[in-house]
Parts: sequence; C-alpha cells; structure tokens
Amino acid sequence: MAETLVLIEHDRQHAKRPSLHAITLARQLGGEYALLVLGHGLDEIAASLVSYGACAVLVADHPALAEPLADRYATVIVEAARKQGAKTLLGTSSTFSKDVLPRAAALLDAPMVTDVLAIEETDGSISYRRPINAGSILATIKVEGDRRVLTVRATAFEAPAANAAPCPTERFAFDATSLPSGMEFISREQRKSDRPDLTEARVVVSGGRPLKDKETFERLVGGLADALEGAVGATRAAVDADMAPNDYQIGQTGKIVAPELYIALGISGAIQHLAGIKDSRIIVAINKDPDAPIFQMATYGLVGDLHQIVPQLIELIRRS
Amino acid sequence: MKVLVPFKSVPDPNDATVAGAAASMPKSVINPFDEIAIEEALRIRERGEAAEIVGVTIGASAVDEQIRAALAMGVDRAIRIDDSRALDPYAVARILRALIEKEAPHVVIMGKQAVDDDSNQVGQMLAGLLGWPQATFVSKIEFLDNKTRARCTRETDAGLEVVAIELPAIITTDLRLNEPRYVSLPGLMKARRKPIEILSCDQLRVTVRPLTTTLSTSRPPKRAAGTRVDSVEELMAKLRGEAKVL
Ligand SMILES: Cc1cc2nc3c(=O)[nH]c(=O)nc-3n(C[C@H](O)[C@H](O)[C@H](O)COP(=O)(O)OP(=O)(O)OC[C@H]3O[C@@H](n4cnc5c(N)ncnc54)[C@H](O)[C@@H]3O)c2cc1C
Repeated sequence: MAETLVLIEHDRQHAKRPSLHAITLARQLGGEYALLVLGHGLDEIAASLVSYGACAVLVADHPALAEPLADRYATVIVEAARKQGAKTLLGTSSTFSKDVLPRAAALLDAPMVTDVLAIEETDGSISYRRPINAGSILATIKVEGDRRVLTVRATAFEAPAANAAPCPTERFAFDATSLPSGMEFISREQRKSDRPDLTEARVVVSGGRPLKDKETFERLVGGLADALEGAVGATRAAVDADMAPNDYQIGQTGKIVAPELYIALGISGAIQHLAGIKDSRIIVAINKDPDAPIFQMATYGLVGDLHQIVPQLIELIRRS
Repeated sequence: MKVLVPFKSVPDPNDATVAGAAASMPKSVINPFDEIAIEEALRIRERGEAAEIVGVTIGASAVDEQIRAALAMGVDRAIRIDDSRALDPYAVARILRALIEKEAPHVVIMGKQAVDDDSNQVGQMLAGLLGWPQATFVSKIEFLDNKTRARCTRETDAGLEVVAIELPAIITTDLRLNEPRYVSLPGLMKARRKPIEILSCDQLRVTVRPLTTTLSTSRPPKRAAGTRVDSVEELMAKLRGEAKVL
C-alpha cells in the first residue's frame, strides 16, 4: 500500500532524470510512495530506482508494454494505483505522461492538475500552484475528492537524493490478454545525437526565424552549442520552417527548460517562447533589433547581426 | 464518415503577445489548436473522406461568435452546450462523452491543449471514458483500410512517432498538422444564417460538477532587466566573471 504512486519514464536504458523530480513532490506530500515503471526488459532500470526512499519499485515488464501505447499503459497504471490504494498518481510533465496520465485519470474517475510548480497549504488542505496562459499567470488550484492525478514541472522541483536503504522491487502482474488492443505502434524516428538532452542540459543554445535553413541553423546554433557542450533548442517559427525538428521546440506548447545558461539567437521573445525559458539562470540574447522584447528578460543582451557575432563567439570559445 | 470537432473559445494569444502582458479585455478566438483541428476536418472532407463535420463547444451565448467563425470556416453543423460554469477538463470530457454517445462520430479531432488553461487533458480523458484509442499531438493523419483505421504521426519529446489506431478514436492536434485557412467575409455572412443547435446538460442527461477550483491567481515574479554588452569580448568576460557560467 502506498499513498502516492509515481510514474517513472525511461528511454529503455535509463530512467529519465526529469521524471525523477516527481519523487520530490511525493516526499513533500508525505506518506509512503511507490515508484511504477512500465515497459519490457526493465531489470536494470528497476534496479537503478531502489534508493529513492520509495516503499517499493513496481515493475510492469511485459512484451505487450514494449511501446508506450496510451490505452494499454493507462489500463496497467490504473490497476497498479488501485492495488496500492494510492490517493495521488504523480508524473513529470512530458509528452509521455501528458499522453497517458489524463487517460488514467478518467479511468480512475479522478480530476487532474497539469504542470504543478509547488504545493500550498491553506486551512489544512493542500492546493497546487500551476502556470496558465503561457506562464503569464500563476493559479492556485484546489482539488475535491479523495483521488487525484498530478504532473509536475521538472524545473520546479529538485532532483531527489538516492541515498535511502534499498527498497524491494516487485513484479507487477496483470492480465495482458485483457489489455486494449486498438492502438498499434508503427515506428519512431531514429536520430542519433551526441548532444545532451534538452531538458537536462547545463547549457542550451536556441535559434529563431533568421537562421533561414537547416544548414545555417546547424552551423550557427549547433556550432555554438557544441563549443559549449550544450543542447540545441528552437522557436516555433524555426520548427515550422523546417530548420529544426519538432522536439527542439521550446515554449508554452513545447519543452520547458531551465539551464544554467540559455543563449537565444535571433529570437524575438514572444510570451509563448519565454514560457519555456523563464527559469533559466542566465539568459543571453543576441538580436539585431534593440527593441526586441527578449532583451527585457535577458541577463545579457548583445545587439547585432547573429551571422557575424556567432562565428566570432564560437572562435573565442574554441581558442580559450 | 462523420467528424466531430470540439473547440474552445479563448482570449486571443496574439493580443497578449503584442501587449507583452494580457490586455485588459482581449478579444476571444477559437483556441489555435482547435482551429487546426477544424482545418484538418475540412481537408478530410475535401478529399472526399468525410461527409459531415459537426462542431461543438461549451459555454454561454458569448461563444456564439466563435461558433460563427467555425461555421464560416466550413463546419457543417454546430452545437453549443449551454453551460456557463467554470468547468475543469474532466467535467468537459464527461459532457463531451455524453454528446459523442448521441452523435456517434467516426473520429473526434480536437486541439491538444487550450492556450488559456494549458492543461492538455480533455482529449485523453475523453478517449479513456469512451474506451476509444487515442493519438495525441498529431502532425499527420491518413485513413487506412476503408477508413476503419488511421495512421497518425505524433510529435513527442523524442521526435516523431507513428501509430495506427482503430476507429472510432480521438485525435489531438499539434502545430505542424496544417495551417488553418482564413475566414472570408462572405463566408462569415453566410454563417450568420446557419442555425446553432443549443443543448443543455440536462438534455444530454449528464450531471457534472467541476472537481477542481481556482482559489486565486497571481503574476509570476518578473526577471530583473539585464545589462547590455557592446561586444563579443565583453559578453565572454561577463559570462566568465560575473555569471561564472563558463
Ligand atoms: C498556439 C500557439 C502556440 C505557440 N507555441 C510556441 C512555443 O511553444 N514556442 C515558441 O517558440 N513559439 C510558440 N508560438 C509562436 C510565438 O508566438 C512566436 O511566433 C515565435 O516564438 C517567434 O519565433 P522567433 O522568435 O524565432 O521569430 P520572430 O518573432 O520572427 O523573431 C525573429 C527575431 O530575430 C531577429 N533577427 C532577424 N534577423 C536577425 C539577424 N540577422 N541577427 C540577429 N537577430 C535577427 C529579429 O529582430 C526578431 O526579433 C506559439 C504561437 C501560438 C499561436
């Protein structure tokens, strides 16, 4: 039995680090929490999760779960939540959890709060703070009923320490023959990259509309990111124009990042983009328009043509 | 094939962009992701794969303007479920389920998120309630096998993914699916004459109460305005010295 069940996401080799940040909220909520991981061939991933202070690591390991199909996954997650008697089902905001957890919430007949930034206690009951309207407003939400589903913003919660005495891993058994079968996995784009993951990187370099095409984008944005051993991001305008793949998009409707250093190249600073970068420690903006809104929130702003500035910057970093 | 498109009326996101902060009274528009859903339904009908497109929204009569816009884009028939409460995504999903059971569409296409509330829940909840397959964050839709299945490309954190789903199903749209057409003035004039069917939750035999409530709202702390630097060298010096990030 566990008060809270935390869904952990993985890439088949490792648990995704941002998905561990939900554990920090589970600790703040108090009570026992179990971790749940679904997939196929999970032994090593499960073993890597035993020291996070959970009462158990539940492992739903089955060929039918080899691909994250929402209908099957939600069914298994809900069964696990019921068996644990969990009042709170938790995950970290990502396209994986956004796909699966609202479906699980409906099956649990429970309301859901997306993108929790913090919990607040008012009159002995807990409410949740979350961003709305592209992060321009923070709302405090009260939830009724005894069950709820939450996703957290990884950037708003610290990584949990892995220093607890190891807990047991339990195989979570379910009837695979009764899983829904209306969804079939066909393929996933394979793109090898030596760059760090966007949501985990210490440095992120992003490019906007004036990067023109794939080649220029890769040479300037990719080149600067490599010089700094950082990740590459993009605005919606750059993704729409096919300069960068969709998973590079940062912002309200893309990824949320909070690196030590964020460098915005030719980015105007629309609120939809700023929503995804606000919590970065240092923001550098390079833009030829001195009135670009991005300068109002950049720690350091440099006015000028990125086509001249970026090669100089790469050169300077490489030389030092 | 019958396509049902639920849509929401939201404050114009471009208004807020221009003003730098939400204007006092921004005009309302169809949620951009839902507009993409409507556009996709129109294209499916234009390729001869759909016979009817039904648009549905929930709200008081103030949202009729967005319903007119949907009709002007080319939606065949529009329904407004008359409910002016501050509903949460789960309540919306339960109301839509009742309507879908009545309308029996072959496919439901809707936005992945509303840009005011940013919850990204309704489509997935609806699929769960109906026990239907779902394809979320979709940037391409093709119907297969005599329209009994759909092959959908999804935009995920790890890049594009392709799934095949059996119909009926719920599909939620991402930005790259299409670029919605502009509404023409004659289209808008014509839409003024199309009827809007109005239904109540009672008529749909659904009783819902939102389980989440907003207690308060506030503005997030502003980032302090930074410093201008005049050269690449000065920038490097700041990043090394003051910011200690290199
Ligand atoms: C529903 C919806 C969701 C959205 N979601 C997102 C999202 O998640 N993420 C996102 O990023 N956007 C999103 N947007 C889009 C957002 O509103 C902006 O349109 C977008 O962020 C602008 O991208 P940009 O800054 O690259 O382009 P622009 O706004 O066109 O800015 C380009 C900038 O480059 C500068 N520039 C031009 N040439 C040079 C040069 N040679 N050297 C230096 N600077 C130069 C210009 O001065 C300008 O400031 C969304 C919009 C909507 C409606």
